[in-house]
Amino acid sequence: MTSITPEELIGPVQASPERRYRQWLIAIVVATLLVIYPVLYHHFLSNVATNWLPTMSTAFGIAAFTVMGLGLNFVVGYAGLLDLGYVAFYATGAYVAGWLGSQQFAQVTVNVGGTGFKGASGIHLNPWLIILIAAVFSALIGVVIGIPTLRLRGDYLAIVTLGFGEIIPQFVRNGDNLGGFNLTNGSFGLNGIDGLGFGNTLHRWFHFLPANFLNEADATWYYWSALLLVGLAIGASILLRDSRLGRAWVAIREDEDAAGAMGVPLMRTKTLAYLIGAFWGGAAGCMITLASSSTSPQAFSLQVSIFVLCMVILGGMGNVWGVALGGALLAYINYQGLYAAGNTFNNVFNSNVQIPEYSYLIYGILIVSFMLLRPEGLIPSARRRLELHEEEDETQAELAETAPA
Amino acid sequence: MGTGAETAAEVPREKPVLALVPRLRGKLVNAIGIFLLALVALWLIINAVKDWQQFTIVGLNGLTNGSIYALVAIGYTLVYGILELINFAHGDVFSWGAMVTSTIVVSWLGLTTASAGFSLWGSLLLGLLGAAAFCAVLNMGVERVAYRRLRNAPRLAPLITAIGMSFILSNAIAVFYGFDYVSTEPLLPTSAVFHIGNQAYGWDKLIVLLITFPALAMLSWVVKQTRWGKAMRATAQNRDAARLMGIDVDRAISFAFGLGGALAGVGGFVYFVYFTQARYDLGFRIGLFAFTAAVLGGIGNIAGAALGGYIIGFIENFNSGLTWHAPGPNWTESLVFMLLILILVFRPSGILGESLATRS
Repeated sequence: MTSITPEELIGPVQASPERRYRQWLIAIVVATLLVIYPVLYHHFLSNVATNWLPTMSTAFGIAAFTVMGLGLNFVVGYAGLLDLGYVAFYATGAYVAGWLGSQQFAQVTVNVGGTGFKGASGIHLNPWLIILIAAVFSALIGVVIGIPTLRLRGDYLAIVTLGFGEIIPQFVRNGDNLGGFNLTNGSFGLNGIDGLGFGNTLHRWFHFLPANFLNEADATWYYWSALLLVGLAIGASILLRDSRLGRAWVAIREDEDAAGAMGVPLMRTKTLAYLIGAFWGGAAGCMITLASSSTSPQAFSLQVSIFVLCMVILGGMGNVWGVALGGALLAYINYQGLYAAGNTFNNVFNSNVQIPEYSYLIYGILIVSFMLLRPEGLIPSARRRLELHEEEDETQAELAETAPA
Repeated sequence: MGTGAETAAEVPREKPVLALVPRLRGKLVNAIGIFLLALVALWLIINAVKDWQQFTIVGLNGLTNGSIYALVAIGYTLVYGILELINFAHGDVFSWGAMVTSTIVVSWLGLTTASAGFSLWGSLLLGLLGAAAFCAVLNMGVERVAYRRLRNAPRLAPLITAIGMSFILSNAIAVFYGFDYVSTEPLLPTSAVFHIGNQAYGWDKLIVLLITFPALAMLSWVVKQTRWGKAMRATAQNRDAARLMGIDVDRAISFAFGLGGALAGVGGFVYFVYFTQARYDLGFRIGLFAFTAAVLGGIGNIAGAALGGYIIGFIENFNSGLTWHAPGPNWTESLVFMLLILILVFRPSGILGESLATRS
């Protein structure tokens, strides 16, 4: 018997029981801390006057963008398809939120469990339902984009997705007059979008459940909602990673031809990666829009796509925990860290440098240095690291062979 | 007795209906492609017949804009031909060209609208050479720092690095020149060369062509006739074989980047003196258009890149300048990217290229 076990190749495939136990313990502790963070913040930490601590709205932004990072991880991390137009799904989710929860279509008056005031014109669906619809609609758009483009490989796919990422905002910007019909309200965007909430009925029964989160003093409830979404996305990531589909993705990522030869249906598998990635992008985009109550085409630049891509790279492509950490870290830097750092810097050196303005310079440096120095990210997935260092290992093996004994 | 054989013969052989789909699909795809092309041709002819003066002048403007795309597109194609890497940072090298031009021509040499004669043309020549040299060195530097180490890495790695470099370069412009437009008074003479009807064709547009065409001719000469060009082509064809033949592959690749950078510098120069303004994020749009041009012509193919550049220039100008049922300038980017997607779906090898799209 000379067959090589997977363990010999890539180390233990499944962690030992003790390790798994420890991992779950850490996960539960971290999750608990995250859930009670608002309480800690309000009761203890807000007295500690510092602008470094994430406020509630920062925390919400972090959580929402982490969902996007996790969504993109399905496409880039698992299936190895570089998607530079992820912002398209953010846009889709955002506009679905606007269409179904504001007075954009004032021609009709529909109200199904909406959180806005009763009798308002326009379509007002229940915001939780809107998130689901936005996610499903984005997934559909993902399939529509994916079917013609996923036949292409690597960099061609990247450039086409980038094209879509540019077309969709322009469509939104010009969509105020599509044959006389105002679909998107042009560059003004959609405003007055209903907030997320439990609705008046539930509020009357359980008084501690707010009817509309927008009326609350801060974004605590939004943070909890987004955290729920993060939990769902992480759960989906783990379940799918260990499924037949997840293994098919990895096979395609490692060698598309070999995967095809082994009977992996390439188009279907890749389209599914796209669909699921788009699903979470749409959900996160929708939630961000429900929290800010407005959306406009200016928000959907390539930079958002790159920013989310940065999260995936920084954290470790293909590793759920890495991406969650990378996403949280980058989103924090983007929302608050850079401002705090800029203020501290200016205080210490008595200067007036607007550090946040140069955020994309910093992200650029981050991307390049990570790709050059640590392409596997902060918390690498074992398999991905092997792929990325394959060449080096081979060279080292060759060197070892040719070296005089 | 014979019934068994008969029934076997009677049962029609199962026609695998689904097996026809791929063949039909190929034909269908071609039919749709030809139909779309015919539609565009028809639209152009109707516009030309309705107002041929406007059509001609818009076409000539397209030639001028297309020149800039062509100059930038060649840089993409050179690098892709040799490394199979989309050098995202190339568009930003181009914006650096425009910015350096502004520094040399306006800040150092102090050109104004009033400048004329030797002081104008001498300064412009200096600006042109300066921008080209700067961008050549910049592009080579980018290759040295960001791409060389990743030459054997999985393909996504250098691509992602290229995106990062693009952000670094464009934001570095913001650090040195600020986030606002850097602009100048019109430097080129804008008097009319000739009139078509009541529309004038200005000298500035002609000058752009007079700079671009020699630059393209020179590039063609360098690539086809010189030892360096030969080394570069050999490396593009087969890197290992080229190395075995004694070609310094690293230097050949560096040379390709330098050449592409120099052309981007010329493009940046032309852009700045023609449009008289530039901004740090200029390279993004121009770079994408130029990349589309390179794909349109067949990536890796230099003549194709130039051709693609001119086609994009025409599309941009016909779309915004024609009057009969043109979508208008608001849709230019969508049209160009739609075109990109359509090409990649219908004819991934581009107009002049060989099939590369499925190479992994």
